[in-house]
Amino acid sequence: MNDAVELQVRQIAADVFNLPLNQVTGQTSPKTVDNWDSVQHLNFVLALEEAMGIQLEPQDIEQIRSVGAALDVVRKKREK
Amino acid sequence: MEEVTRDQIDRAIGDKDISAARRALARFWRQSPNVAAAGFVVSRFETLRPHIALTPCKIAILRSFTVEPAVPLLRATAFIGGVDLNVRVGDFDTYVQDVLNPASWLYAFSPDVAILAVQSRDVAPALWEGFADLDRAAVSGAVEQTVERFRQVVEAFRQKSPAHLIIHGLQIPPTPAEGLLDRRSDWGQAASFARINHGLFDLARSARNIYVLDYDGLIAGRGRAAWYDHRKWVVARMPIAAGELIYLAREWMRFVYPIVGRVCKVLAVDLDNTLWGGVIGEDGIDGIQLDQGYPGDAYRSLQRAILDLYRRGIVLAVCSKNNPAEAMEAIADHPGMLLRPEHFAIIRTNWADKATNLREIAAELNVGIDSIAFLDDNFVEREWISEQIPEATVIDLPGDPMLFAQALRECPFFERLELTDEDKARGRLYAERRMRTELEATATSLEDFYRSLRMKAIIEPVNAKTLSRAAQLTQKTNQFNLTTRRYSERQLDQRLAAPDWRAFTVQVADRFGDNGIIGLAILRIQDGVCEIDTLLLSCRVIGRTIETALLAALAREAIRDGATKLVGWFVPTKKNAPARDFYKSHHFVAVQEREGATLWELDLVANSIASPQWVDVKEPAHE
Repeated sequence: MNDAVELQVRQIAADVFNLPLNQVTGQTSPKTVDNWDSVQHLNFVLALEEAMGIQLEPQDIEQIRSVGAALDVVRKKREK
Repeated sequence: MEEVTRDQIDRAIGDKDISAARRALARFWRQSPNVAAAGFVVSRFETLRPHIALTPCKIAILRSFTVEPAVPLLRATAFIGGVDLNVRVGDFDTYVQDVLNPASWLYAFSPDVAILAVQSRDVAPALWEGFADLDRAAVSGAVEQTVERFRQVVEAFRQKSPAHLIIHGLQIPPTPAEGLLDRRSDWGQAASFARINHGLFDLARSARNIYVLDYDGLIAGRGRAAWYDHRKWVVARMPIAAGELIYLAREWMRFVYPIVGRVCKVLAVDLDNTLWGGVIGEDGIDGIQLDQGYPGDAYRSLQRAILDLYRRGIVLAVCSKNNPAEAMEAIADHPGMLLRPEHFAIIRTNWADKATNLREIAAELNVGIDSIAFLDDNFVEREWISEQIPEATVIDLPGDPMLFAQALRECPFFERLELTDEDKARGRLYAERRMRTELEATATSLEDFYRSLRMKAIIEPVNAKTLSRAAQLTQKTNQFNLTTRRYSERQLDQRLAAPDWRAFTVQVADRFGDNGIIGLAILRIQDGVCEIDTLLLSCRVIGRTIETALLAALAREAIRDGATKLVGWFVPTKKNAPARDFYKSHHFVAVQEREGATLWELDLVANSIASPQWVDVKEPAHE
């Protein structure tokens, strides 16, 4: 599932958490990234909203516990 | 324009091509100034930081809401603008303690700038949430208390820190509690917040280095509906929509640049398709677009914005690729121009490369190249300047001229926090200096130039050999032609058969060679009046005072034939503007107007016309 949306979400995570793109996978999460704290989580959420043109609900924001989970949420939002 | 990729930037950094990396980062930031890109730009600038000169600045943000996501945007914007920000953010709503307590982190941090980022709902909750419950006394009491609390904070801060303080003004609620009724009362909810803001502006004016950021104006400019994100407020105390944060960051930087001295003192502007639509060299003065309506108004709006900067003390220069005479004529004479020669300290119209011209402009004005801003519609010229002079500020103009004025007005490097009378007059003083210098230079050098040409003029009556050339000149000469009367060879010959008509050709030679017959005058002498029926010169010799030599010879001829007055019509056409002031500048007096034409008269008894000394005139032989 190496499509454009996935690449975009990984790129956003790479930018926000300052990681090389090739090190960002679906499993990338607060457990694997030191600076994924609450401030950076909010930045990640805002960056996703802005770049993907979506509006995330409070429950979506909670669900984003990894880059893979973020991708699922983004896909679901964009289907609607 | 091709998009810049992250890979290109990282390759330039890997190649240690610092200036290419910086240019690419600037373009990258222009194409995507968003939250994600901010993280990337900041991280790359941290890599570049040891290799580039940036102005450091420490900022403390005292706040009542979540501002953290705006910080990377702020730092990225600042890096691109040449400023390295060290940002500290205080805890939620602790700003009063932070300011009052001399031992707080705020003073230990010793910032250059402090921002008091507060919002209406936090500093005046009663006025924001429960307004409908309040009577008029409670409303006015809340307004006074709010301003008073700000006053205490400002005074405490001023005592303990020399830093600049930027206070967010309060925003007006998008939907007032009492609906339409709100504006029926001068103590409505919107009016109450406006009163608080009024108090804040007064407060800022009365203290040193305190400024109010017009937060309500910022929100209104973006649109209240677009600005707020209620979900994020509820979840994360983040009231602002993600896409709007960049505008808050830019507004903060609008204050920071003048505080740290990152300002432009000179604006160098292009002409064609920047100050006016079209190309003066191709379209001519009648063809360029500067009329009211589309698209002329777009260029006039830009000129108005430039003129506003001039009034703020910004020194103006022209840096353009044009023929100097054409450019100058458009600036001086086009009726649609708002900017005139007297607004420009330097006018550089030539075909040399613009980087060289900009450097010379900076040297001549005795300012650093880093205080020059460059305004040009041409992307290639802008890229060239960014590459050649990275220190200069290149203003990014959009493709659509309708957006030019706004782009210039939004440029933060022309912001000033104070303005003295001396500042205001600066643009004018520089421009006046230029005009004086030019006048002196031309007064001496033009004469030298004329003398150096060693001109000879042969003025003689039209004869059988020159008749054909004389008639041809009346047919072909458009610019320096006072009446533009066309004669065929036969018509001219008939005229000259009558005893009261005369015609003279002018042949001019100089040290570079013989120009041949390049001028013609036709006279009619009757009852003591000599009328100039035709006077024309080929454009090759315009501006060399040959016209004065010719006129002096005609006056002598008229006197010889018993005339006491020399008269002549000027009949304006689309092309003969170069001849418009001919009679006036030779002290003729306008005596009659007819259908746009003017009859000019010179009393030959009271006046004489001096032939220029540097033209050696050979006149008709008289028996």
